[in-house]
Amino acid sequence: MSGNPSSLGILDRRGAIFIVLVLAAGVLVPVGNLLVPAGSPFHISDYLVPLLGKYLCYALLAVALDLVWGYCGVLSLGHGAFFALGGYAMGMYLMRQIGPRGVYGNPVLPDFMVFLNYKELPWFWLGFDWFPFAALMVLVAPAILAFAFGWFAFRSRVTGVYLSIITQAMTFALMLAFFRNDMGFGGNNGLTDFKDIVGFPIASGSTRGVLFFLSALALVGGYLLCRALVTSKYGKVLVAVRDAESRTRFLGYRVANYKLLAWVVSAMLAGVAGALYVPQVGIINPGEFAPANSIEMVIWVAVGGRGTLVGAALGALIVNAGKTWFTGALPEAWLFALGALFVVVTLFMPRGVIGLWGDFTARLRKPARGGVPAGKPAE
Amino acid sequence: MTFPRRLLFAIAVLAVAATSLFMPAAHAQAPAGQAAAASDLAPALAKIAADSFSDTEAALVALSASPNPQAGVIVAALSEGRLLFDPATKAVYVRPKAGGALTDAATGTAVASEPAGLKPVRRNNRVRRAAEAAAGALSLLSPDPARRLEAAGAVFKSRDVTVLQTLNTAINRETVPQVRDALMQAQAAILMTTPGVGEPERLAAVNLIVARGDQEALALLANLPADAPASLKAAAAAGVAKINRSLAIWNVAQNVWYGLSLGSVLLLAAIGLAITFGVMGVINMAHGEMVMLGAYTTYVVQEFIRTSYPGLFGWSLAITLPLAFLFTGVVGIIIERTVIRFLYGRPLETLLATWGISLMLQQAVRTVFGPTNKEVGAPSWMSGAFQVGQLSITYNRLWIIVFSLLVFFALLVVLKRTSLGLYVRAVTQNRRMAAAMGIRTGRIDALTFGLGSGIAGIAGVALSQIDNVSPNLGQGYIIDSFMVVVFGGVGNLWGTLVGALTLGVANKLLEPFAGAVLGKIALLVFIILFIQKRPRGLFALKGRAVES
Repeated sequence: MSGNPSSLGILDRRGAIFIVLVLAAGVLVPVGNLLVPAGSPFHISDYLVPLLGKYLCYALLAVALDLVWGYCGVLSLGHGAFFALGGYAMGMYLMRQIGPRGVYGNPVLPDFMVFLNYKELPWFWLGFDWFPFAALMVLVAPAILAFAFGWFAFRSRVTGVYLSIITQAMTFALMLAFFRNDMGFGGNNGLTDFKDIVGFPIASGSTRGVLFFLSALALVGGYLLCRALVTSKYGKVLVAVRDAESRTRFLGYRVANYKLLAWVVSAMLAGVAGALYVPQVGIINPGEFAPANSIEMVIWVAVGGRGTLVGAALGALIVNAGKTWFTGALPEAWLFALGALFVVVTLFMPRGVIGLWGDFTARLRKPARGGVPAGKPAE
Repeated sequence: MTFPRRLLFAIAVLAVAATSLFMPAAHAQAPAGQAAAASDLAPALAKIAADSFSDTEAALVALSASPNPQAGVIVAALSEGRLLFDPATKAVYVRPKAGGALTDAATGTAVASEPAGLKPVRRNNRVRRAAEAAAGALSLLSPDPARRLEAAGAVFKSRDVTVLQTLNTAINRETVPQVRDALMQAQAAILMTTPGVGEPERLAAVNLIVARGDQEALALLANLPADAPASLKAAAAAGVAKINRSLAIWNVAQNVWYGLSLGSVLLLAAIGLAITFGVMGVINMAHGEMVMLGAYTTYVVQEFIRTSYPGLFGWSLAITLPLAFLFTGVVGIIIERTVIRFLYGRPLETLLATWGISLMLQQAVRTVFGPTNKEVGAPSWMSGAFQVGQLSITYNRLWIIVFSLLVFFALLVVLKRTSLGLYVRAVTQNRRMAAAMGIRTGRIDALTFGLGSGIAGIAGVALSQIDNVSPNLGQGYIIDSFMVVVFGGVGNLWGTLVGALTLGVANKLLEPFAGAVLGKIALLVFIILFIQKRPRGLFALKGRAVES
């Protein structure tokens, strides 16, 4: 299931096409928004840029989730927690950038802290006014949580459904915690009202364009990293763990360590996705920790095709585009559609869209020896 | 300025009360003693008819000590301006609140034809105050013990010195021990805070209040007037310490009770899951929605009863139980036959598919019934509460605990003593061997899943009494239910019972220290750590398999 073996090193043909497409989109979308005049059919509206940027972040998140689910067999129902932690780290930086421009005009304390009668900045907010530190925290915060969680879970050989349920409990507990006002993260309002990011106004078209491009870059980078991991020897062991954990352990591999590495890397990627998501969406609140969100992420991967990485990104795009369309056109029907998607994909498409596509092209290729099939798909 | 007047009033009340003591049976035999009672009111009514403020006030004082039920009617009518008199005949009438014919003030009988030239009895502020005081005093002497109890409670709070005499009268006359205690406590509350009273009496009063031993007594003792004698203050301080100690114990007891109540809710929510997840190994994320469907069944049945057979409302929950069991059971069987059947052995896929089903069920209910909470009524036997010491126990919580245990043991009996239970256990333990012995495993799977879903449905009937019936009802229970089953041990019903009650009580005992949310988070973290230590739960099934 781990893609076609390839002589091109870590990149197969599918991956190459994927990277080219994502990078092309990363350049063309901002260009279409900023340089193409508004009347032109190629113009991309101001509304669409952050929306597509959001999809790219989700795609990165899906790739991260696919690394642990598709290649390591760990179904995480709590990846939303890592995503949200990365988002909060970025959100804290953006909050500090507001400075005295908040409603209460306090140069140090964010508005919600003034409102809640904080006298000084809590210790865990220190340093977040400095971008490199915040950027580091985007990686470190999810990594610490993932490491602590994974260390305990994988050592004591919690597997399968039990692991899924406690990951869900983890994100649920975090959601409850972040909803509390005295946690110092803005309670249920979360962090919002951002003004600028590293000196650039956050709502301006060019900043959005750059953020979009960075999201595309992050997606490609995340994909390449995961691809490098799964095509290496390490990746082969990972797949062995997925398929026969006990046997791998009996062969002498330290299964827990293999799982832990994939788990922490995946959490960090999810954190990066969250950090890129927040400035484009403009808000982060504890709702991101909701267990339902994390389960929805799993369906992106399942729709695209688990264990393919490219499929995960594709699935995130398909499901979220569907969600945007449904919630606009038929809001009542969205949950029906999503629910049906869960059922149909698990029952009839265990290998997702990529799997269907593979079957389809394989069927086309056989008669292709004799005749010539019409439109050769360019993907 | 007003104090001497009040004193006068109090003395007058005492005088009238004393006379009234000699006719204690007047209210007990109302019809026979009607004439006598009416004549007893006559002097007061004559004063009212005199049309002077001071006479009206004196009349109220007299009325306040009257044992005649009509006195209350007159006082109420006066304070609401419904009391009329005829300047010619000096007769006094009451205009009923609801309208209709006038009644004679003395007897309460309706007057056939309304006399001409009636004038309302005039009131000024003094009369109004006197009427208020008379109403309070009358309720202390009311023939209805519940009203007397209520009045005693009100006096305990207000500590109005002027009612002291009436209170004494009431205590002397009181026959119901419980009301008598309340009256004595009210009296003690007044005595201990009144400076003019002798010290031994005040000390006795403090002791009486300490014996009451609740939060109100505590507040009273803590707020002793600053000029109270030292001995009194010392006694009060000792009393406060004593009450605090006993309240602390009661507090723990109350928390344990709340915990058992929460535990029973968890048990109800988890018990169906203990079947589908624990016995069959199916991760049913739609379990919460089965609970929700059960709650909506209650709503539908109650609506039907309300519109068609209102007399049956007290039975509505009993009627709903089998219907909810059947309905959710059938839904469960349909889900099992159409989806889950194809996913056995692939637990993670089952999880996702059932999650999808739960989303569809939620949206279906939202589309049919709307997103808002639905009103589910409680039959009379489920509402109300009673006191055990300082413990307040509500009937609905008590019934839910009883009900959850009943469901639990019924399920246990089904699994251990019926042939269905035997087949279920056989299929669980060794599917292929069971099939070889002629058990139709597919049918047993469907029935087991239906059983688990049906139990979730009847849990929903119970939970509709204490939770909001909305499409999101189930979401709130799903994580908790999984925690209970995983904590207690998969495949073990006793584990589910112990797990649910432990988690419930632990949650409520943590709450006073950590707050509701932090307590819950602490428990979640505890369970996460616990699973690391014992991945198969508290009561794990012992087996030889390395992994399942």
